[in-house]
Amino acid sequence: MSRIAARFALLKEQGRGALIPFLEAYDPDPATSMAILRGMPGAGADLIEIGVPFSDPMADGPTIQLASQRGLKAGATMAGTLAMVRDFRTEDGATPVILMGYLNPILSYGAERFIIDAQASGVDGLIVVDMPPEEAEVLAPHALAAGLDIIRLVAPTTDDARLPIVLEASSGFVYYVAITGITGTRSADPEALRAAIPRIRRHTDLPIAIGFGVRTPEQAGEASRIADGAVVASALIETLAKSLDEHGRAKPDSVRRVLDQVRGLAEAVRAGS
Amino acid sequence: MNTPFTPPLRPNTFKGGPDAAGRFGTFGGRYVAETLMPLILEVEAAYSAAKKDPGFDKEWRLLLKDYVGRPSPLWFAERITKHCAALAPRPGDGAKVYFKREDLNHTGAHKINAVLGQILLARRMGKTRIIAETGAGQHGVATATACALFNLPCTVFMGATDVERQQPNVFRMKLLGAEVIPVTSGAATLKDAMNEALRYWVANIEDTYYCIGTVAGPHPYPVMVRDFQSIIGEEVRWQMQEAEGRLPDALVAAIGGGSNAMGLFFPFLDDPSVEMHGVEAGGHGIDTPEHAASLTGGRPGVLHGNRTYLLQDEHGQIQEGHSISAGLDYPGVGPEHSWLHELGRVSYVNATDKEALDAFQLCSKLEGIIPALEPAHALAHVLRLAPTLPADKLIVLNMSGRGDKDIFTVAGHLGVTI
Repeated sequence: MSRIAARFALLKEQGRGALIPFLEAYDPDPATSMAILRGMPGAGADLIEIGVPFSDPMADGPTIQLASQRGLKAGATMAGTLAMVRDFRTEDGATPVILMGYLNPILSYGAERFIIDAQASGVDGLIVVDMPPEEAEVLAPHALAAGLDIIRLVAPTTDDARLPIVLEASSGFVYYVAITGITGTRSADPEALRAAIPRIRRHTDLPIAIGFGVRTPEQAGEASRIADGAVVASALIETLAKSLDEHGRAKPDSVRRVLDQVRGLAEAVRAGS
Repeated sequence: MNTPFTPPLRPNTFKGGPDAAGRFGTFGGRYVAETLMPLILEVEAAYSAAKKDPGFDKEWRLLLKDYVGRPSPLWFAERITKHCAALAPRPGDGAKVYFKREDLNHTGAHKINAVLGQILLARRMGKTRIIAETGAGQHGVATATACALFNLPCTVFMGATDVERQQPNVFRMKLLGAEVIPVTSGAATLKDAMNEALRYWVANIEDTYYCIGTVAGPHPYPVMVRDFQSIIGEEVRWQMQEAEGRLPDALVAAIGGGSNAMGLFFPFLDDPSVEMHGVEAGGHGIDTPEHAASLTGGRPGVLHGNRTYLLQDEHGQIQEGHSISAGLDYPGVGPEHSWLHELGRVSYVNATDKEALDAFQLCSKLEGIIPALEPAHALAHVLRLAPTLPADKLIVLNMSGRGDKDIFTVAGHLGVTI
């Protein structure tokens, strides 16, 4: 069983959903982002999503755009991001790690080589924002062969005709985009989610996580109960960004502030179980 | 950075693309986030329905005639022709140079052709808001114009850097009732304006149509914009027949995203006697980092919904294009151009900022036509090409826009304060 499947199975036994916090690789520097990554499982992360910086993050709002720019300025590369996961795996063999990014840096690295190296580094799943099922042939066969999950976004605009096409091409879990919009700009509406998640469940047995617009512990708790997990990204990046000094450098309490917030989110996700 | 490749087999026709997946060979496609995917498919369905409806074509052509002023003239540039003959290495040589006068269109460039087509499509789709990206401002002005005509609210995304260097066009768009949003992310130029327009569209899908200005973006935009712009080449075909009784021998056009070039080239792609030259912006020279020549200085990748040649570093991060012309400094190029480049059907060359500036001044003095900086790049190549060809050869340059918008930039480069 893959790490992702094992983790969701374990949480199901415990009767609760997953907290999936996000960090951007190398934001604002390699050591700080590595410390956040290392600290996340202890703070209550059930799965972890790592953003791979890209110059043109089309689906992201200002918060993650800036994180991406800080990461690139600090020297982030695909190889560097994979090295972070490799280091993380030396001390954590159980927490699933998902890379989220855009296709061009993967193509530039070499699609097949990327899958081989990602698998060897301990990556469990991939979210490639600008690779819909129609364009997945460049990556998906290699990922399947290596046992890496391709996690797909399902949006409120994904209608019933299209839903099976998207889900057919998904594995690991389904990432439900709670808002029609870019990351970090609006809050998800619980009523809409309560209607949307059963619609997806009718088409798949995969766990469903809700992301885009999940910011507070209350929202994370609620989303993790409506679905099987909650992804929190921009709210954590904002905390990190606010903790930086005037030159954009991490301060001594930057890592602790982010991890404290993860702890708060985790408590809310566990409270309802 | 160019990786060697085996040229693909030549197809029976160069006019068959794209396929059902929106691909020209391995280029094009629909690389967008899932949120946008249903929308892109909706635009595609609406466009293929409109294409089959004679009423749609009729309405568009009527607008082109009475509102835009088409057909645009094919002008024999006699003094440029004489100038080239004087430069010819062999006495008696020097091809005849014609200008396709897209600069005489309403709004002063070719952009309006595809904008009117897209706005008619948006109306058929029941969309009530229009957004657009713009670099030099020509596409923004054309979109704002069509929106004024059809009483549609219009929002134009423009890089903050471009807002600074294209003030006259910013003012024009505002006069036409459009809202101009300066984009400060990235390098604050055309690529960032396109990112921001896509982001806005994702958040406003219900009522908004995104009017893309060039033959790039996700399918069906490259084919749709090409189809609308092909009016340019279709006119050149019969106009040259009237003027010279035959086809031209060479077509020359500037390439940013590549819409004016695609529009001129497409109707001639299956005429083997017609040579084609796409002229990219060489900036300070393509051996420097400061240029916008995606085809000659980039390599294939994925950006803005399509796979195409891109300016990018070794890690796949997109690099900023540089050009004296705000309309050419886009780090990508339409996917059909990438395909034609790999097939070798079109020859892609470049002209530097300096060559374009020289051609800009020469054209003003010899023809009484102040060209936009974009076609000034194409003219720079004509000045190299025409003297090498015999006097009975016919060259058509796409004079894709007029230069009024550029006089401040040019004055600045010439050290003149106005």
